[in-house]
Order: sequence, then structure tokens, then C-alpha cells
Amino acid sequence: MSSSTRARFVRLGESDRVAVGFVVDGEAVSALQGDTLLTAMLQHGGHVRQSEFGGEKRAGFCLMGACQDCWVWTADGARLRACSTEVAEGMAVSTKAPELTWPNLA
Amino acid sequence: MAQPRVIIVGAGPAGVRCAEAFVAAGVRPTVIDEGRRDGGQIYRRQPVNFSRSYTTLYGTEAGRAQALHACFDQLREQIDYLPQTLVWNISEGNVHLMHQDGTPRAASLPYDILVLCTGATDRLMPMPGWEYAGTYSLGAAQIALKSQAVAVGRNIVFLGSGPLLYLVASQYIKAGAQVAAVLDTSPLVLQWRALPKLLSRPWLLFKGMALLKAIRRAGVPVLRGITPLQITGDPDNGVQGVRYRSAQGVEKSLDCDTVAMGYHLRAETQLADLARCEFSFDTASQQWLPQVDAHGRSSVAGVYLAGDGVRIRGADAAENAGRLAALAALADHGNAVVPAQVAQLCRQQLPMERFRLGLLQAFPWPAAQAASLPDHAVVCRCEGITAGELRAVVNLKGAREANRAKAFSRVGMGRCQGRYCGHAGAEVIAAAVVCPVVEVGRLRTQAPVKPLAFKIVEEPQ
Repeated sequence: MSSSTRARFVRLGESDRVAVGFVVDGEAVSALQGDTLLTAMLQHGGHVRQSEFGGEKRAGFCLMGACQDCWVWTADGARLRACSTEVAEGMAVSTKAPELTWPNLA
Repeated sequence: MAQPRVIIVGAGPAGVRCAEAFVAAGVRPTVIDEGRRDGGQIYRRQPVNFSRSYTTLYGTEAGRAQALHACFDQLREQIDYLPQTLVWNISEGNVHLMHQDGTPRAASLPYDILVLCTGATDRLMPMPGWEYAGTYSLGAAQIALKSQAVAVGRNIVFLGSGPLLYLVASQYIKAGAQVAAVLDTSPLVLQWRALPKLLSRPWLLFKGMALLKAIRRAGVPVLRGITPLQITGDPDNGVQGVRYRSAQGVEKSLDCDTVAMGYHLRAETQLADLARCEFSFDTASQQWLPQVDAHGRSSVAGVYLAGDGVRIRGADAAENAGRLAALAALADHGNAVVPAQVAQLCRQQLPMERFRLGLLQAFPWPAAQAASLPDHAVVCRCEGITAGELRAVVNLKGAREANRAKAFSRVGMGRCQGRYCGHAGAEVIAAAVVCPVVEVGRLRTQAPVKPLAFKIVEEPQ
């Protein structure tokens, strides 16, 4: 998230909520309870991932779980859809897909 | 007679009213929904620790939203409710599920009666630069505001056509967000011409005009009959502006950091397809839709369809359609239903259908844009496949049919599974072939209807 640290989403209310700490690409940041991961991440930067097929960064598109443009990854390699995952205390996510290593079956 | 096993997919206006009608007849349905809470997209509920009022959230529709939520809350003990659950396939009397509330778990459930109330998503026409971060669908912009109390950007251009364009722009203005402009591809004359049909629901037409007035009063420019040319920006920082041609033919540009775009809605029909329902081409909306009778019976016995997932008629019509589908299913299963109630619901749907046709006339799908998309424009946002690459498989490999062109080009094969490129892709193919879009056919649905991990195994029943 270093290239564009300015928040993309703008809060317009409901800011009187309990703070939640989480980690994006190793950096500790905060959100509010009830935020989706997408809302939380876009308070701290302009994107949530890098397109694998083009050079551009992405920040979600449909917010209803239909386009799959907001995939992020947990430390153990699990994939999360940021628009439909609620942020939780201590959650750690990566904006980059984990390197795949294929087993040698020979 | 034994109680039928009833499964309703979707907990929006159609699904909730459908469940209510089954419960009223003494049947306990299972309601499966992808959402964390009921309400669907239109009456989406905010998280429990948010405090905005119904009026703030739903405006003139506050009463309807509250009534639907209250109805569902009362039904909770009389239904089996599976939230955060995806139906990813349908086979021979079973729906296949993925519970997504935590570690994903797969299961299947048998049914005698299946009612699909799957709703709709935004309908998109690509434009150069729409892959940049900061481009959102209109529905996305509305969800951000309703369920998260955030604006999707600091300075937003609303672009496209349809009632949602004006509704979301006005909701953003009311909530205090900065709206740079509303750019409508439909010329004003079409909106005037559609008036006789739109008068079938005068109150709704009045509300639409009030929205427009509110946008104007806020000093936000509303431009009609424009042609979108480009979303400008760069790959790292995303959207920085919009270029368009005015109705007078003059090229203009606007600075913004966000574009919210959409051209009305498209029905989510994948599950109806997997249930092997017959489809036909609806000329008014230029989309392939499942066939239904006036009560919501599909071409497959035991499978019923209701709401925007069949015809985009909006929330009020969806509530009626959900009730009608339940009554049809109950009648088909040998239960007594009150004919007068069915007749009244059918009567109420008539102006809804006329209004649907009016909206399609007033805010038409801009099919012609597909033909003039530059070759470098991305059609498939998932995998960055351009209009030129799609045209090449038509022109060089003779792929004149949607599924063949998909196999060669991968447009429609990415992670959204054609939801956001399918309609536009068909128009690009039709323009390259020079044939009506109906001849391109429709993309066949493939299970799973959304991406799933390989390693998950269905639990034994």
C-alpha cells in the first residue's frame, strides 16, 4: 500500500465505534468494528491488490461479492473477499498473492 | 399430504415475502442467502453496531425497508435460515452449498420446491480506463454508503444510465459527499417519450423527478445524451478524470478521483440455468432471461423464479413476485390457495411491467458503444482482455457464438464469470460479425457460480 497512502474511501458518519487493530502488508493499522476489510484497507491506502493480468492496482468494484476484484490473502495463504469479510482484531492480510509452490510428484 | 421440502435462495424482497407466504400456509422453508443479514441489496441492513435511522438509510423507502426487515425478524423461528451461504450448484433435486461464515464448509440439501430469488447486479458497458482503481459500479457506491457509511471517493463522477444513476448520486449528495457531475448516456428526449409508460406508477415517477431536482439544487451538473470516451488515470494511483463527448458533440473532460458507473441492472440467472430452466431473449432489455409464467413457474417442474433475478421490475414487484411464486408452488403441491389473492397480486404486477418497459425506453442499454470501443479498451476486467483481442477471435477464428468466443478469448471465463463483461462482450461480437446480438447467443453457466477452493469436500448428509 506504499505507493498511494491516501485513503480512498471517505467516512460520512458512524465513526463512534470501537477501534479494531489489524495488519496490512506487515504494517499495523486501525479500523472500526463493523468495517469490512475493504472499507478498513481503503482508509489507509488507494488499493487492495495488484492485478495479475495488467499493470494496474485494484480497489474492488462491485462490493456485493459478485466481481471478485477485492481478493486479499491471509498470512497462511487463505484467500479473503475483502468486501464481504468483516475486519477483526489482530487480522493480518497481504495485498499480494502468496507465491505458489507446486509439489514434485515425480 | 407430506410437507414439501422448500428451499428459497435469496433473502431480499422476493425471498422474504416468499418465505412469509410458505409460513402462512404452515410450511417451514429453508432460506439460503449469501448476505450476512437479510434485506438483499436494496434493503441491505447495516451492521448491528451502526445507528443511522431507517429514514437516513432508505429515504422514501424507509417504511418498506422496515416492514420487510420486521417481517423477516418475525419469521426467524419458523424458517431454517442459512446466511453467508452460497448455492454454487444445483443437481437433480439438490442444491449444493458452501457455508462461508468462517472456515468454508460444503453441504447439499434436497428440495421438492425450489424458489430462486437471486436478484440482480449492475449492468456494465466497458470504457477505456475502467480497470483503474477508483472505478466502481453504481450498486457498489450505494452499498458503501448504506452498509458502511463511507463514500467510495472524494470527488465522484456518476456515469451511465438508469434510475440508480440519479438515486445514488442524490443519496451521496444528501450524505455530504462531493459529486462532480452526473453523466447520463440517454438523451432527454427518450425520457420524455417514455412518460406515458412511466405514468403507470405516478408516485415513483414523481420521486424520480424529485431526485433530479435535489441533484440540481445542490449545484451538481446533470448532462444527458453524453458519450463516454475514457476514464483517465494511471495504473498506480487509479482514476484521475473522465473524458466524454457532450450531446452537442463537443469533447470535454472532468477531474475526479472516482467514477461510479452502470447501465441499469442485469438479472442473476446462473442458478436458473443450472436448474435447466429454459431461457428466451427479452427484446426490451436486450438480455436472455429465464421463461416464467405470470406466477413465477419456470419451465422445470418444482422450480420457481421471482424478483429481479427474472425481470428487473424493482423491489415492490419483487415482493409480489415472491408471494406469487410461493402460492403457485403451494397450489401445484395440492395446497388450497385463495384465488382472489393470486388474482390481486397478478393485477398489481401489470403496472410494474409497464413501468419496467418505460425505464428501458427512457434509459436504454447503450449497445452501440460496444462497436466504437477502441481495440485497446479492456472488456474483461478480471483478466485484462481487450476489445481488440475479442474481435480477433471473431475475425480470425470465426468465433461468432458467445461460448466459442469465450473459449478462444477467455472473455467471460475470469473470476466474475461473465457477470460484468458478458453483455458487453456479446455486443462486441455482434458488432464485429454485423448481426443482431440475439444471434450471438448467451454464455452457458458453469458451476461453481462463484470461485471456490479446490480442497473443500462436501459433508456427508
